Amino acid sequence: MILALAYSAVMLSFLSGLLALSMRQRKMLSRLWQYILGKYPNVPQAWRQNLNDSLTEQLYPMRLQQLVFLLLGISGLLALLAGLSVLLAQNSITDQINIGLPWLHWHVRFDGLSGLFFAIIGIAVIAVSLYGPGYVKNNDEQQHPFAVLGLFSGLFVAGMLLVLLADDAFFFMIAWELMSVTSYFLVAFQHEHSANRRAAFLYLIMAEVGAIAIILGFGVLAGYSEDFSFTFTAMRAAQLSPTWATIAFLLALLGFGMKAGLVPIHVWLPEAHPVAPSHISALMSGVMLKVAVYGLIRFTYDLLGDVQWQWGLVVLVVGAVSSVLGVLYALMQHNLKRLLAYHSVENIGIIFIGLGLSLIFISNGHEHIGVVALIAALFHTLNHALFKSLLFLGAGSILQQTHETDIEHMGGLIRNMPKTSVLFLIGCMAISALPPLNGFVSEWLTFQAALQADVLESGVLRSLIPVSAAALTLAAALAAACFVKVYGTIFLGLPRSRHCAKAQEVEGKGMPAGMGLLAGLCFILGIFPGFVIHLLNNVSGQLLGKTLSNDAVAGWIWLAPVSMHQASYAAPFVLLAIVLAGGVSFWYLRRDPAMALRHAEPWDCGFGGLTPRMQYTSTAFSMPIRRIFAKVWHIEEKIDIEKQGAMDQQVTDIHYQLHVDDVSWLRIYPPIERTVNRTARVVGRIQTGNIRVYLADSFATLIFLLWVIS
Amino acid sequence: MNWLMAIVQTGLFVILAPLLTGWIKWCKCRLQNRRAPSLLQPYRDLWKLTHKQPVVAEQASWLFIITPYVIFSAMILAASTVPLIAVDLPTSASADVIVLVGFFALARFFQALAGLDIGTAFGGMGSSREMTISSLAEPAMLMAVFTLTMAASTTNLSFAIGFVLDQGIVLRPSFVFALFALILIAIAETGRIPVDNPATHLELTMIHEAMILEYSGRHLALIEWASEVKLMLYGVLIANIFFPWGIAQQFTWSALGDALLSIVAKLMLLALFLALSETLFAKMRLFRVQEYLSFAYLLGLLGLLSHIILEVSR
Amino acid sequence: MEILQLDFYTQAVLSLAALIGLTSFLMLGQGRLLRLVFVFALQGLLLTLATGLAAYTLDNQHLYISAALTLALKVIFIPWLLRRHVLRMNMHRDVEALHNKTAVMLGGASLMIFSYYVLLPVISNTTTMMVNALAVSLSVVLLGMLLMISHRQAIAHVVGFMSIENGLFFAAIVSTRGMPMVVELGIAFDVLVAAVLFGIFFMHISKSIDTLDVDMLNRLNEVDR
Repeated sequence: MILALAYSAVMLSFLSGLLALSMRQRKMLSRLWQYILGKYPNVPQAWRQNLNDSLTEQLYPMRLQQLVFLLLGISGLLALLAGLSVLLAQNSITDQINIGLPWLHWHVRFDGLSGLFFAIIGIAVIAVSLYGPGYVKNNDEQQHPFAVLGLFSGLFVAGMLLVLLADDAFFFMIAWELMSVTSYFLVAFQHEHSANRRAAFLYLIMAEVGAIAIILGFGVLAGYSEDFSFTFTAMRAAQLSPTWATIAFLLALLGFGMKAGLVPIHVWLPEAHPVAPSHISALMSGVMLKVAVYGLIRFTYDLLGDVQWQWGLVVLVVGAVSSVLGVLYALMQHNLKRLLAYHSVENIGIIFIGLGLSLIFISNGHEHIGVVALIAALFHTLNHALFKSLLFLGAGSILQQTHETDIEHMGGLIRNMPKTSVLFLIGCMAISALPPLNGFVSEWLTFQAALQADVLESGVLRSLIPVSAAALTLAAALAAACFVKVYGTIFLGLPRSRHCAKAQEVEGKGMPAGMGLLAGLCFILGIFPGFVIHLLNNVSGQLLGKTLSNDAVAGWIWLAPVSMHQASYAAPFVLLAIVLAGGVSFWYLRRDPAMALRHAEPWDCGFGGLTPRMQYTSTAFSMPIRRIFAKVWHIEEKIDIEKQGAMDQQVTDIHYQLHVDDVSWLRIYPPIERTVNRTARVVGRIQTGNIRVYLADSFATLIFLLWVIS
Repeated sequence: MNWLMAIVQTGLFVILAPLLTGWIKWCKCRLQNRRAPSLLQPYRDLWKLTHKQPVVAEQASWLFIITPYVIFSAMILAASTVPLIAVDLPTSASADVIVLVGFFALARFFQALAGLDIGTAFGGMGSSREMTISSLAEPAMLMAVFTLTMAASTTNLSFAIGFVLDQGIVLRPSFVFALFALILIAIAETGRIPVDNPATHLELTMIHEAMILEYSGRHLALIEWASEVKLMLYGVLIANIFFPWGIAQQFTWSALGDALLSIVAKLMLLALFLALSETLFAKMRLFRVQEYLSFAYLLGLLGLLSHIILEVSR
Repeated sequence: MEILQLDFYTQAVLSLAALIGLTSFLMLGQGRLLRLVFVFALQGLLLTLATGLAAYTLDNQHLYISAALTLALKVIFIPWLLRRHVLRMNMHRDVEALHNKTAVMLGGASLMIFSYYVLLPVISNTTTMMVNALAVSLSVVLLGMLLMISHRQAIAHVVGFMSIENGLFFAAIVSTRGMPMVVELGIAFDVLVAAVLFGIFFMHISKSIDTLDVDMLNRLNEVDR
């Protein structure tokens, strides 16, 4: 039954993709409809009217788009239901599909971990399908055909869901490639700009390199298993030597880390995510990265089994570096979607800090704390999916209404777009880890796990874990700074361009509803984290065979991961107290009608008239941080001052140019490129172009192989 | 009874906070050979501000209006979790020290947004500087907190204080470092000299004042009161974690009275030190603050290392 | 064993160890020479306190003598000498721009972890808690070397060298509860001679090449480039 739900979720997303193809088949469809009408004349009048309307030329595209997104939404709903029910049922369901080669069936397994990620994808897909129709409405059909967008969106979602179902390496890789390749087409959707094509190509290359690493990792596992069936069951049973286990782990970390966007293999992410349509960016950033996290968890905890603390250390350090560098790079961006993409790097880093902590604790025999860390990581995975999708959808609304992507040209939107501004504010608060929202809960749990470092034997680990926790604090605090910058520049202050001054609130109910769903979940999960933690506890029980202690899960008000005596957090109380204190002071101070607000001009230092150009820009806002952490970026700053008049005293013109680049582009990739080119030149010498030389090569190879065999 | 006690304690916190500010001002004036205003002057200021009609800028949004209330309630919430005169109160279990940092972050987030709302250059300047300084201060704060929590193996402030009380007077090298680190951070976070100057209105120097420049009337009163509560919060944190002696562990009248007297004495002493240091030191340049805060971080780190190296043997 | 079960003496020595470690870090990050010398004197004072404490607790007469020697040499004489040099050569207004101050500091912190890691076998084999402080003394030695590497002024090098000696001396107090009198006197004398010799060298170097920046000493290279 549960599996049927999961299958139908996949099938529906396929269907929605296929349905999108009929965008240009209106005439054929309407002929088909006339034929059906002729055959069965007793179709109810209401249906007939409705369908006739829908098949007219004006309404057809809109209706079809709505139908495509409706199917996608139902698929998301089913995925959510399937995920939740398998999480609650706490069992794992296996199945075989007889597709593919005759002796290699596709193995399917649906357990708690897959269920959790199913639910995550489900929520995001529901929100995106609510949002989608409004967003693609004004799409230019000639330039950006909806058929392409819908087809690949459907296939993309189906691919992600299939990855989670896979129980053998072949199926896994096929689904993985389906996900990667369809998302390539989505990135390349707006292909008229060469930058977008370049970003998409970069994404494809890195996705494929990552895929190769994953295949090699599976290969190592399969090499140690009994038969070469490549099923996960066989891989679980495989007994690896520690060295080979480490090699397999590192390959998986490289492959999945490339997809997840760990520093320094993140460079595709800020290029690719912003150029896709916004609702797709929401899916890519909010969900696709999580599939990579799923892959790593599945590979490490489930397939490899016996974890080593060195792996945990590697993951911890990589995670800490990613989180700090990700947010620092994000601070320097002024393209809104690029900035959000860099924040994905940061949040993936935070998730990896949690995973690293759990690996360290588990391998040192402190499973009960490892569970806390794992739950923190999984919780943050869920939270990031919620608030990052929300923020990307918000960015889409802003883009649609103002036609701007550069936040330096925005401002004052809080007055023009009241609904969007509230929802976006909730997203900003959640990602900045402010209580009482959900981002805070997962980071709090990560801290609680890190604070238990004292139980470890090794002094080096004991001192490194707090340092990485401090990196996490730095990342969280900088993220808050970054989102003050983002929200302040976009929504507050005076509008910096005409587009922004004239912007309107988004039309229709769908777009705010999609965002509202995510914002509401951010809020509810922040106030009542107990339910989610209960579910995650089931995941950890299935994966590790260990759960949190009973009193930690029991209360729905109190959150005490280790014990009440060590740390506790009661979000409902916090909310209640904030509302009470704020409400009472609000009511008390405003009771006197004579003291109503008086509006006046703001203080302008007596120089008359504030102009939007006097405001702090986003570049100016992040300037102190740019100066303090100057070594992290590659900064080119140029100031040209033109002077004239007597003694060159009068300044007529000032030009300021600032270029901030990601250092990893310059430090890591050019050497790789040079090496590849050099190797290619060396290899290229074989290509003389003379056919007899090629024959001689083949001959030599043949002789050599014969010698090897003998 | 316990809940009543918690509410009373929070009320005391909020009510006594302006008095502490008045005392600091009084000490500073005496140290600088000036005539001091009355100790009750902050109360009079608050009273005056709440009875004035507030003026807001034309383009102010709803965010600007609700921000003072958010800041004030976040500070009250923070105050309710810090043990002032008694430990083991129910409110202190609802939030540990990390959540406390979260409350400060919440207040700061809204304050910085309100600074950007009007669109004046001052507000942006203040917000930018405040967020920069706080993002450097928070890791340092966490390091100091880590040192404490590793020794006491709890992040709950009540239990941590109870731990220090139980073990009696012990010379812990790590606590010395954590104390100094926390003092440095407290100065930075509450906007005192040498990081920020609470008494200035010069554009080159101000941070906190720049953000709230557009506020007036009851809004200003709430923000001022909240920052007075915050100052007292840090003072109480330092006083009660490192020198908890005197705090009431059971709710008898005499114990509570002693606790009140002792915390007043401790805070007066701390405030005297603050006034002295503010008289002796000059404000730093903005880009020196990073060195100051990285020193605080280093202190926290050294505290942690000395806890690991010197205090635990396995 | 927890710190609670220790006697007051050990607690005090451990705290002093932590403070001595702190002074090493302070020296590492100090760009002004006069303050550097001042912190060095502070370190000497802490060392004196530790020695005096050891002498009092162990009731060991000759440790009093080494405490007095430390006080005289490292707190008073050598700082005075260095201060005089700095003032005479008019270097007290120079601020040495340290490149990568944060990196040096973090490097110092990792050195501390490293020295703990190295000494862990020694520490875990003994029952006395005092031996934990050995890790701090080793890191004081290593930090002294890092000070010499990261600073360019010759005076900073002398301070670094002397703080290495401080680290060794502290290690001797905590691990063996004092060295034989002869060795201590010898070392004290060596330090004195070294200080005087350094002083003479400073005079000559600054007279001949007009600076005490060791990077400038590269010019004395005789190989033609």
